[in-house]
Amino acid sequence: MIPAAFDYVRAHTTDEAIAHLQRHGAEARVLAGGQSLIPAMRFRLARPAVLVDINSLSELSHMRLNQVLTVGAIVRDSDIERAPWIGESRWSLIHDASRVVADPVVRQTGTVVGSLCHNDPAGDWTTVALASRATVVVRGKAGTRRIPIDEFLVDSFATAVGEGEMALSAEFPVPDDRTAGSYQKVERKVGDFATAAAAVQVSLNADGTIRAAGVALSAAGPCAVRVKEAERLLVGQKPSQELIRAASNAASQLSAPQEDLRGTVDYKKHLAGVLVGRGLRQALTRLGVQA
Amino acid sequence: MKVEVKVNGVAYTRDVEPRTLLAYFLREDCGLTGTHVGCDTSSCGCCVVVMDGSRAIKSCSMFAVQADGHEILTVEGLAEGGKLHALQQGFWDQHGLQCGYCTPGMLLTSYALLKQHPNPSEAEIREGLSGNLCRCTGYQNIVKAVQQAAGSLAQPAAANT
Repeated sequence: MIPAAFDYVRAHTTDEAIAHLQRHGAEARVLAGGQSLIPAMRFRLARPAVLVDINSLSELSHMRLNQVLTVGAIVRDSDIERAPWIGESRWSLIHDASRVVADPVVRQTGTVVGSLCHNDPAGDWTTVALASRATVVVRGKAGTRRIPIDEFLVDSFATAVGEGEMALSAEFPVPDDRTAGSYQKVERKVGDFATAAAAVQVSLNADGTIRAAGVALSAAGPCAVRVKEAERLLVGQKPSQELIRAASNAASQLSAPQEDLRGTVDYKKHLAGVLVGRGLRQALTRLGVQA
Repeated sequence: MKVEVKVNGVAYTRDVEPRTLLAYFLREDCGLTGTHVGCDTSSCGCCVVVMDGSRAIKSCSMFAVQADGHEILTVEGLAEGGKLHALQQGFWDQHGLQCGYCTPGMLLTSYALLKQHPNPSEAEIREGLSGNLCRCTGYQNIVKAVQQAAGSLAQPAAANT
């Protein structure tokens, strides 16, 4: 399985990359890690006429932690895993996910932003980005747009990135120190797509009630989905077993998976609820709270 | 497109189509058939090589044009002066292979793992190799082989005796 022929250009600056993308429009694709795009091209699921390689754009290879955590377009999954601050419990959702995306070799090449742009229904980073309320920074001819993740994820393998535009980075809000999360994924083997996965992030008030909550599911619809009902149930309440059960049920009900070799629809819906429950319990345990 | 890739310290200048995958470039354009192609879609790890010293990559899922100007290490470059690399010696001593098809990928993934974590725990070795499949079910001895190599690389004097 050799991909169809294409033209290859290596961009040396972001402006140059965008110029190439504008010249070639819908025919062009950005090549970052390529760990989804290249297999898709081999199966002829993708047939771009032009690939714009951005791997030389060192300005996009950094993670910066200021008011927000900025993850540049060619930051590898394994860079996240190795960040010096990643062990802090406020980053536990991102940390958990960084250890289960694809497999350890693929993570040395695959990128976070590339995964968001690929928007696979069973992706990990899309689900994490929803629960942590990330923003994607997109640049084109008309300038730079900051797109909230809920608007960025449009449909299976489709995002708000337009023709001639490219995603420069993802921005994750810096959680306060009363925040923890969890990423729960069931996969048949390392490197397989998730049978089901759940991302949760919880912030507590000083009185122990829940100030903010992020709950999202992977492999539960056309693309990653936010479980708004679970978030609404959690906010303002004191953590309890009943509350976790109600949030889990909301996730199970919302989940709309497809039956495949990984499981039936009923099994995957059940699993979505179980994983949200486990994730909430683990996040709370990380905050020193036994629900 | 003209590319120049340094493989095992030797510069290979070749004219390739952009769609040429690095694994096929190594095997067919450079004649280095030690890099194996298994699943061809980044699931099995047979094609792993090391890029720029310490990064393991699946060469079936990278184009040769992306390696232009970079250094690649393949299984052919592990031994030096006729002496097996500590990892190769470990696989030999611990019976870390049966049919040998996955072995180049196992060796190069382990090479990058030991560059990144010179003293890995057993769990870290198992985790680090979890993207490499062995259909002979030889994982136990592969883990032992990597442990032996980590030990001998940590004590170069002892490895030479």
